[in-house]
Amino acid sequence: MLKLLDGPQTLGRGRIFWSCFLAVLAGALIYPVFADSYDVGNFAYFLIWIFMALGLCLMWGYGGMLSFGQTFFFGIAGYGYGVLAINMGGGTATIAALVLSVVIAMIAAGILGYFMIWGGISGIFFGIVTLSATLVLAFFLGQTAGPEWHIGPARLNGFNGMKGMDPLTVGDFDIEGSALYYVMIALIVIVYIALRMLVNSSVGNVIVATRENPQRAEMLGYDVRKYQLLTFVIGSGLAGLSGALYTSWGQFITPSSIGLPAAAMPIVWVAFSGRNDLTATLVGSFLLLFGFQTITVYSQQAALVLMGVLLLATVMLAPQGFVLGIGKLVVDWWSRRRRRDEGPALADAGRLQSDET
Amino acid sequence: MALVDVKGVSKRFGGLTAVSEVDLSVNAGEVHCLIGPNGAGKSTLFKLIVGLYPPTTGSIFFDSVEITAERPYARVQRGMSIKMQAPSVFKELPVRQNIQIALQERLSGAERVAEEERLLALLNLADDGGKLAGALSHGQQQWLEIGMALALRPQLLLLDEPTAGMSPEETYKTGELIKSFNAEGMTVLVVEHDMAFVRQVAQRVTVLHLGKIFARGSLEAILEDQKVAEIYLGKTHAH
Repeated sequence: MLKLLDGPQTLGRGRIFWSCFLAVLAGALIYPVFADSYDVGNFAYFLIWIFMALGLCLMWGYGGMLSFGQTFFFGIAGYGYGVLAINMGGGTATIAALVLSVVIAMIAAGILGYFMIWGGISGIFFGIVTLSATLVLAFFLGQTAGPEWHIGPARLNGFNGMKGMDPLTVGDFDIEGSALYYVMIALIVIVYIALRMLVNSSVGNVIVATRENPQRAEMLGYDVRKYQLLTFVIGSGLAGLSGALYTSWGQFITPSSIGLPAAAMPIVWVAFSGRNDLTATLVGSFLLLFGFQTITVYSQQAALVLMGVLLLATVMLAPQGFVLGIGKLVVDWWSRRRRRDEGPALADAGRLQSDET
Repeated sequence: MALVDVKGVSKRFGGLTAVSEVDLSVNAGEVHCLIGPNGAGKSTLFKLIVGLYPPTTGSIFFDSVEITAERPYARVQRGMSIKMQAPSVFKELPVRQNIQIALQERLSGAERVAEEERLLALLNLADDGGKLAGALSHGQQQWLEIGMALALRPQLLLLDEPTAGMSPEETYKTGELIKSFNAEGMTVLVVEHDMAFVRQVAQRVTVLHLGKIFARGSLEAILEDQKVAEIYLGKTHAH
């Protein structure tokens, strides 16, 4: 199983990479000791979105399916968490509400994905249909201001948004502040490791084969539709996890979390980071979210313009993503330096070894 | 006994009839070559057999089971494997991973690694395992795709112009490779223009012309057939 952590589908392998990973993880774990609670809460907020970015990376970068509608599943799970938490009465039931809301998002992805994939929708049309679904949901939720729009005691509340749900709670302990931050770190590590193992497994082989040449993959005996649906459901489930955690974090959710500007954000994060690699997406998305939030404090318009500029710069200068590109440059530089230092014999050995992977 | 039975199959694209009322039987254990001039409908017939096109009329049987409505992956799982006319490999993935993807359903662990090595050596790609498949020459990509098709250990191997872009030496080696797999019991159906290659491997030959079966029989009989020479072989016949 552990062999799947390092494989052809993920950059960053070997002792040096995992030592860096552990060092970053250790830094993240001790961060709340030194930071004030406001900053820790903000960091937890950035981390909420990482799941959606990783899910889109899996679908787009590995599976070749550009979904423009990840906020559709974000919204379903976000509102789902609110409705369930309010109806189930808060407390420890919020954990069940979190799990169920993610399951509901995955079921929605299964239904939408089935019709799209079995209907032969691919390429740009995949993005158009998912974006349409997102806009329809945002529009629908926007017109639910009247008192008739409620599920049990949970009012949808139109553009003002749903509120009044409890945060994640175990017994009498609310998972907020540092506790929420640690939950986020634990979940990100679990999701990141699980996704690395998935993409480096035989299933991951078929997922990337389908991205490269679906007809060839089918001619090797794979029902590529099932693999595409699996990828879509997992990626959308992760968007749902972000949505449920978002609602739990802020104890509110509005249709603006689902609409067009929100739907465009994950595309920018993943494109800028490098859609073909989970680590690049993890690092790049965090940096962008951090930068975006920092600038938003001064001017939200400036932050949005910067996102647009970054997207254009990515398309023009680094179509494979800036973080991934920089990562590859560092690895190449490091490999060249090692070969030079270790002499021609070892350099050849290194080349042969990398050829085998 | 027929492994593949194509019965009265036609395929129309709008007003164009690419394949018309074709009956074709491929016996288990034979190397059967499908020849004919450009536009005869050979590749279309291949795609009908493997399920990439649905036939307009007619039925297709594999191992006595009707597969006309089955999707391509299901036909592959029954024991078919195809090498397409244009190289169809995973260009952005390393050569070794291309082979792995083809092998992973049949073998795992050390067995799979050993088979990967064997196939890469067999395909003259042992030194190129780490290269991206798209960086290989056209001929090497043809070899790789043949290797991926062979990795499935199919009962029926369909090869659509397997030697296009290959040197005479590579073409000869491909022929010997096909013969060696046929000697182990694999049935092979080949579309090919290179008559030297057809002479090297064919046990039976079917000639398609304008979407219809024009002639069929042993290689010798087809080579003797003056009408076939007129429509297709031309000067090649004299070689």
